[in-house]
Amino acid sequence: MQMTDLPPAFVLFAAAALLAFVRGKARWVIALAAPVLTLADAWAIIDIGASTVVPFMGYQINPVHVHAATPVFATIFCIMLGGGMLFALNQKRQVELPAAFVYAGGALGVCFSGDLISMFIFWEIMTLGSTVVIFSGRQEGSERSGLRYFGLHAVGGVLLLIGIVIVINQRMYAGEVDPLAFRHFHEMVSGWTSLSWESLGMWLVLIGMLINAGAPPFSAWIGDSYPEGSESGSVFLSAFTTKTAIFTLMVGFAGTELLIYLGLWMALYGIVYAILENDMRRILAYSIVNQVGFMMVGIGIGTELAIDGASAHAFAHIIYKALLLMSAGSVLYATGKRKCTELGGLYRTMPVTMWCGIIGALAISSFPLTSGFTTKSMIVAAVSEQGAVMADLGQSHNHLIVAWFLLEAASAGVFLHAGIKFPWFVFFQKDSGLRPPEVPWNMRTAMIIFAAFCVLLGVFPGPLYEILPYKGVAAKFGATVYSFEHVMQMLGLLLFSGLSFFVLLPMLKRTETISLDFDWIWRKGVPRFWNEVAMPILQTLNRAQKAIFDFFPGAGSESRLPPELARRIGTNWAVSVPVLTITMMLLLYLVVYFVVPMLT
Amino acid sequence: MEWVHKHLPALIIMVPLCMGLVTAIIGRRGAGWYMAMGTTAATIAMAIQLLVNVLNTPGQSITYMHGNWPAPFGIAYVIDPLNAAILVIVALIAAIVTMYARKSVASEISVGKLHFFYGLWLFCITGLLGITITGDAFNLYVLLEISSLSTYTLVALGKDRNRRALTAAINYLVLGTIGACFYLAGIAYLYMATGSLNIADIAARMQDIYATWGTDSPQYQKTVIAGFALMAVGLSLKLALFPLHGWLPNAYTYAPSAVSALLASTATKVGAYAFIRVIFTLMGVDFAYHLLRTDVALLISSAAAILFGSFIAFRQTNVKKLLAYSSIGQVGYITMGFALGSVTGLTASVIHLFNHALTKGGMFLALGVVAYRVGNTKLQSLAGLGRKLPFTMGAFTAGGLGLIGVPLTAGFVSKWYLVSACLEAGRYELAGIVLVGSLIALLYTWKVVEVIYFGKRADDAAPMREAPLTMLVPTLLLIGGSLYFGIDSSLSAHIAETAARFVLGGTP
Repeated sequence: MQMTDLPPAFVLFAAAALLAFVRGKARWVIALAAPVLTLADAWAIIDIGASTVVPFMGYQINPVHVHAATPVFATIFCIMLGGGMLFALNQKRQVELPAAFVYAGGALGVCFSGDLISMFIFWEIMTLGSTVVIFSGRQEGSERSGLRYFGLHAVGGVLLLIGIVIVINQRMYAGEVDPLAFRHFHEMVSGWTSLSWESLGMWLVLIGMLINAGAPPFSAWIGDSYPEGSESGSVFLSAFTTKTAIFTLMVGFAGTELLIYLGLWMALYGIVYAILENDMRRILAYSIVNQVGFMMVGIGIGTELAIDGASAHAFAHIIYKALLLMSAGSVLYATGKRKCTELGGLYRTMPVTMWCGIIGALAISSFPLTSGFTTKSMIVAAVSEQGAVMADLGQSHNHLIVAWFLLEAASAGVFLHAGIKFPWFVFFQKDSGLRPPEVPWNMRTAMIIFAAFCVLLGVFPGPLYEILPYKGVAAKFGATVYSFEHVMQMLGLLLFSGLSFFVLLPMLKRTETISLDFDWIWRKGVPRFWNEVAMPILQTLNRAQKAIFDFFPGAGSESRLPPELARRIGTNWAVSVPVLTITMMLLLYLVVYFVVPMLT
Repeated sequence: MEWVHKHLPALIIMVPLCMGLVTAIIGRRGAGWYMAMGTTAATIAMAIQLLVNVLNTPGQSITYMHGNWPAPFGIAYVIDPLNAAILVIVALIAAIVTMYARKSVASEISVGKLHFFYGLWLFCITGLLGITITGDAFNLYVLLEISSLSTYTLVALGKDRNRRALTAAINYLVLGTIGACFYLAGIAYLYMATGSLNIADIAARMQDIYATWGTDSPQYQKTVIAGFALMAVGLSLKLALFPLHGWLPNAYTYAPSAVSALLASTATKVGAYAFIRVIFTLMGVDFAYHLLRTDVALLISSAAAILFGSFIAFRQTNVKKLLAYSSIGQVGYITMGFALGSVTGLTASVIHLFNHALTKGGMFLALGVVAYRVGNTKLQSLAGLGRKLPFTMGAFTAGGLGLIGVPLTAGFVSKWYLVSACLEAGRYELAGIVLVGSLIALLYTWKVVEVIYFGKRADDAAPMREAPLTMLVPTLLLIGGSLYFGIDSSLSAHIAETAARFVLGGTP
């Protein structure tokens, strides 16, 4: 058996197993070498287009398979893991690094899954790994937030599973050659509006994926749980869950119009909540929703340029978002504070953190010469291009015009909350009196490397365009990205939103508030449903049962034992109730046997 | 050897039966355990040999005549892929749990009763194996009583730890006896109609009786129907199918740890087997499901069992009781599979029989370690044990994942087959209930796991070491098995499907 026969995720799982036991310097070596090895292994598989089929539960599953989008996602997941590991090396939590390896392994495994079953298995591994990463954050709210995260994703996993089972069974009855294949759901795209038994499976798969992508009404978990990781934990968290969901949506549902609307909603939602927020890492978490919204729009459009744009944006986004969270994590590490209102003036003593944070902030705002400029604008271009194509064909394309305007507005909004608000309130603004020392070398190095990536991808996007799903289209776009009009348009947009930030500054200063969201449903609504609806029903049933049994003499459910004896041997001993139940069951069977055949 | 091979079906019952008697008489002090261990080890070898023999026999069925009396007159043992597989499950679990029992039982039962305990232990295993292997409906009743009577006593032996074991045992005794009586009465009705006690013979004669039912003068219609109703209720009680589960929670909770593990992983499974046998071999699937609609009653019971069992499990504060209620839910999965009446459904049942035996057995063993080290199994006693008993609690957690049906555990495989069977039959609502059951399982497993790993152990708690090796190894064997069959299910799925096809007579 060769290395290319195994899913590259296994390298990461092996590393996780080793890391759980190894201490000291060896830990550093493993943590840094494993991502590099995995990247090499992934590319060996991609280069020869390896595909492995193994039997599992009577099916032939295909855990090593190269999709069009696999190269770009596999590459960025490995880079991200390596950078994150470098950043996390000095931290003391034993569990977090192995868990992060399992988490990244699950994400990488999904990228290489050629069938729905292995996709689901890696998906669940990812959920488990990420939950442990949140738990090991040991922040005040880590445990409760981790529980909510796990609960929601477990529900998502179950929906995905039911969907997969239905889809596979339907395909088997339809006599498909490869019923398990993880491929595009053409059936869905052609008629997505019809919610029927036939499309139920696909809908469930889609909903399962959307929960992980943070689509409405499930956007709140990102802002809820990511800031509860440790300084390094949220760096890992920001990268994998949502982007794996983006990958699966790209493979399964590219061109589904619904995704455009969901994506637009997310792009705006992220901005509104990020502007209202005070916790610096929660600001960045909300801006993940905003950025993933852009990618969802790209997938919803589904043209070659749009798909390229969504994957390139995912690549660039993972790097600058990780950089921003590293910068915020460094601040948290040095000061122990999370809230914008408690921070400020840190530029004096943390210059590296500040500069890296600013580069990340510029990149997320798509400033020219940064990675955001060369990737996000591809999605916006795809929207206008598709609009033009549809106009030529005489089709209605108003929704695309609206989408284009909203995306431009969202781009300006990104600059507002992540591009200026985060660095301004944390590093400048007032002097908070804090004089923390700069963070250890490994954290600084990790930030510098990622900052360099942000700039390099902005100046030389060529190598990234080379590994995109449709590289020809991307290269053509790359030739025009630094045109005069494009640069001027972007600069104008950014300058005006920057101006508005400082004009509106008094209103943007946040006080300590909590913003209300859909998560009210599962934070407050579920307990309320339990107390006010479910419990009364159960109590009524209980009373009804009591009434029935009390009707029969001697069958009362109350114990008639003397209290002393009851305490010793238990009150729950009445035989009469079960005996009565047996008799009733016999009656029921006789009724079923005699009556039901007569009815049918 | 030739002689052993020829009489293997008889020996697999006679050896533990005789050894049980011998152990009860001379197995004083430590000797009892050695006798039980040797016997169960021999049993598992015989069971595996039988399974291999059956799968290699053309026609996949072996009939053994006791004393060479021909079938309807003497007692016949019939081995086919289905019960050969169940024999292996029972013998395997019995051997592993016996290995575990030594220290656990010694700490829970007074030394003077150990020889009784292991004697009864072997009787109980004899009864369970006998129910599985016999091809005679009345003999099945006798062996059912052997296993039940010894089980009542085994449960009652938990009294040294908690007096409530006595009431649990007497409760079980009353209900179990009623169940057995119902079954016996059912056989009597069928005997009246057919004049036979051999299962295959009854099934053959029954065909002539069914043939008259559509006509003006149906024979024995009410007799046969009443007989089947009695048998169905009697067996439902034996396998603790909702709402006849009343005896189970207390019996499992207050029995000695090893006994709980043995019962949870074998007794209800054998009950389910007997039910499958009655429905598919004795009644025939056409008669049982299409003429009499037993499936309606079974599906309602199963769905209610899954929801009710899992839900009540969530509300428990004693972990042993929580597992007991979860077993009630899991029984629902097994019955739902065969209630669907298809090959896939029956395969799901058999495979879940096996997987759940491993998973739940392993979890009860892990909990037995807690009882051994801490002295009780209350939820708060497990707080923070994740650090003190890493292997045991890891095994418990892995078992819990299996109950939920997380991929790469055996529970996932069984639920996959079960959901497939539901969809194949077009019963989307049942598939939904299975998955809702999984979600509730997630809740109750999480409730325990959270306490194990995130609970704070009392500061003044005594220091604690990991379980002794003789208890840890069996626990890890069972849980490891449940993980192994979750990853490579080809063996278990193949045997289950062969069994299902055989029982359904090759019909798809």
